Amino acid sequence: MACIEANGLRKAFGTTIALDGLDLRVEEGRILGLIGPNGAGKTTALNAILGLTPYQGELKVLGRDPWTARDQLMRDVSFIADVAVMPRWMRVSQALDYVAGVHPRFDRAKAEGFLARTAIRRASKVRELSKGMVAQLHLALVMAIDARLLVLDEPTLGLDILYRKQFYDSLLNDYFDRSRTIVVTTHQVEEIQDVLTDVMFINRGRIVLDCSMEEFESRYLQVMVNPEHVAAARVLNPIHERQVFGRSILLFDQADRHQLAALGDVRTPSIADLFVAVISNQAGEAQGAAQ
Amino acid sequence: MTTPASSMSAMPATRPIYWSVRRELWENRSIYIAPLAAAAVALFGFLIRTITLPHRMRAVLALDPAKQRQAVALPYSAVAALLILTAFIVGVFYCLDALHGERRDRSLLFWKSLPVSDRTTVLSKASISLVVLPLLIFAIILATQWIMLLLSSAVLLGNGSSVAMLWTRLPLFRMSLGLLYALTAIALWHAPLYGWLLLVSGWARRATFLWAVLPLLAITVFEGIAFRTAHFASFLKYRLIGWFTQGFDFKLPGTPPIDPLTQLTPGKFLSSPGLWLGLGAAAIFLAAAVRLRRYREPI
Repeated sequence: MACIEANGLRKAFGTTIALDGLDLRVEEGRILGLIGPNGAGKTTALNAILGLTPYQGELKVLGRDPWTARDQLMRDVSFIADVAVMPRWMRVSQALDYVAGVHPRFDRAKAEGFLARTAIRRASKVRELSKGMVAQLHLALVMAIDARLLVLDEPTLGLDILYRKQFYDSLLNDYFDRSRTIVVTTHQVEEIQDVLTDVMFINRGRIVLDCSMEEFESRYLQVMVNPEHVAAARVLNPIHERQVFGRSILLFDQADRHQLAALGDVRTPSIADLFVAVISNQAGEAQGAAQ
Repeated sequence: MTTPASSMSAMPATRPIYWSVRRELWENRSIYIAPLAAAAVALFGFLIRTITLPHRMRAVLALDPAKQRQAVALPYSAVAALLILTAFIVGVFYCLDALHGERRDRSLLFWKSLPVSDRTTVLSKASISLVVLPLLIFAIILATQWIMLLLSSAVLLGNGSSVAMLWTRLPLFRMSLGLLYALTAIALWHAPLYGWLLLVSGWARRATFLWAVLPLLAITVFEGIAFRTAHFASFLKYRLIGWFTQGFDFKLPGTPPIDPLTQLTPGKFLSSPGLWLGLGAAAIFLAAAVRLRRYREPI
C-alpha cells in the first residue's frame, strides 16, 4: 500500500489555483523532499495530506481520507508545520503530560531521553526557549510518537546551521527506520540532499519532477564545458545552460558520461541545480506560450 | 500493527477530553485566579466589617425571627452573588478567546497535529464555562461562606457574645443546595450565550468582543428606530436573567433568599420553553463552531 496517494488534487483560493490536478504517490519507507518555489502549492498539498484543508480530487493517506478522518489519521501521522506552532504559554512538562495524555502512541520515556540531551529545562515555558530549543522540543515530542508518516514543512526555518544539521542528524539516527515515511519541504535543499531517498519538484500546483535519488544520480549530469566545446555540447540537447565566471555549465538528462567527459568536467548536479533548471525552463515555456 | 492497535483501544475515549480540559486550565489561569481574587477581596471587606459585628448582632436580636434570618444571611448571599457575577464575566471572556487565541498564535497547527477531534476540542472548551466554572465557583463560594461564618464566630466569642443566633439563623447547608440549583440553572440557561461566543471566537479574525456584541446592539437599535418597539431588547434581557424569573419565586421581590429551598421552582424552570429553545440554540452554535474549526487556519 502506498503511504500517500493523490489523484487529480485540486484546490483554489478565489481565483488563485494552488493545486492544479496534482498526482502524487509516496511509498512507505521513503524520505521524500518536496521542493518548490514560493507559492507553488507545497504547503497547500501538505495541508490537504494532513486534513487541514478541504480539496477536490482523490486523496488517501495510509488508506484514510484526511479531511473526514483527521483525528484518527493523527494517531499514525505526525507533523511539524512551520517552526513556531508550539503554544508559547505551555511549560515543557505540560507539553509532555498533554501529548502523553492524548496520544496513544507517545513514548514519554523516549521523549525525556531526547530532551536530556538538550539544555531544555522541564519547568521552562516555551516562550522562554530560544527558537532552536523550541524546534528541539517539538522534534523530541514528534520523534517519541510511533507514527508511520512524519510531515515536516520548513521544520528548520530561521534556525542556525548547527541546529539545522543536528535536526536532520537526529531524525536519521534516532527516528527513521525504513518502515516510516518522511515528507519534508525546505528551501535549504543542499542540506537535505544526502538525507533524501526521493525528490519531487512542485510548480504551479503540479508535480513536475518525481524521481528516486539513485535515479537522480544516474540520470542527470552537469558539465562545466571548456569554451572551445560549447557548440558541440549544445548539440547534445542540454536541458539547461547557465554561465558562471565566463564558463558555460550545461545540465543533461540521460546523456552518455564518456561523451560528456570529452567536453569538460562532469559531475552530478545538486538538487538545487536541477531545480533551477526545471523551474526556469517552465517559466520560459509559460512565457513562450503567453506570447 | 497488532500492539499499537491494542494500546489504542486501551485508551478510553474520555482521556482526550480530560486532557483537553486540563490544557484549558493551564492556559487560562484566570478561570480560577479571578474568582479566588474576588473571594479574597470580599473576605477582606467582611473582615473589616466584623469590627462592628457584636454591636450589630445586638441590633439584630431585637428583630423578629424572619428579619433576623434575612439580616444574618445578607452578607453570605451578597458574596455568592458577587462570585457568580465574576464567574460569568470570566466565562464570557474565556469563550471569546477560546477558539480565537489558538488561531492567533498559530498553536492551532500544534493541536491539530494530535489525535484530538475538533468536536472534543470545542466541547471541552464549552465545558469550561458550562461545567468547570460552575463547580469551581460552587466550591469557592462554599469555602468563602464557611470562612466568613468561622470568622464571625471567632469575633463574637472573643467578645464574649453568643454565637447561637448566628448558627441557628443561618441555613448555610440549605443555602448551598439552593446555590447548586442556581448554578445549574444559570449554566443551562446561559448555554446558548456561551455557544454564541465560542462560534464568534472561531469565526472572527479580530475584535471578537465587538463581533459578538455589536450585531445584537444593532438589531436592538434598528428595532427601536424602525418599529418603536423593544422586543429584541427584552429577549436579550430574558436570555440573561430568565434563569432567575423562571427558576425562583420570591414573595418579596428584591429580598435575598431567606429559606432558599422554598423559593425554588424547578418545575416551572424545566417546563419553560426558553430553556429548551436555548439549549437547542446552544447545540446549533456548538455544532457550527466544531465545523468552523475544521476549516479554520491560523490568522
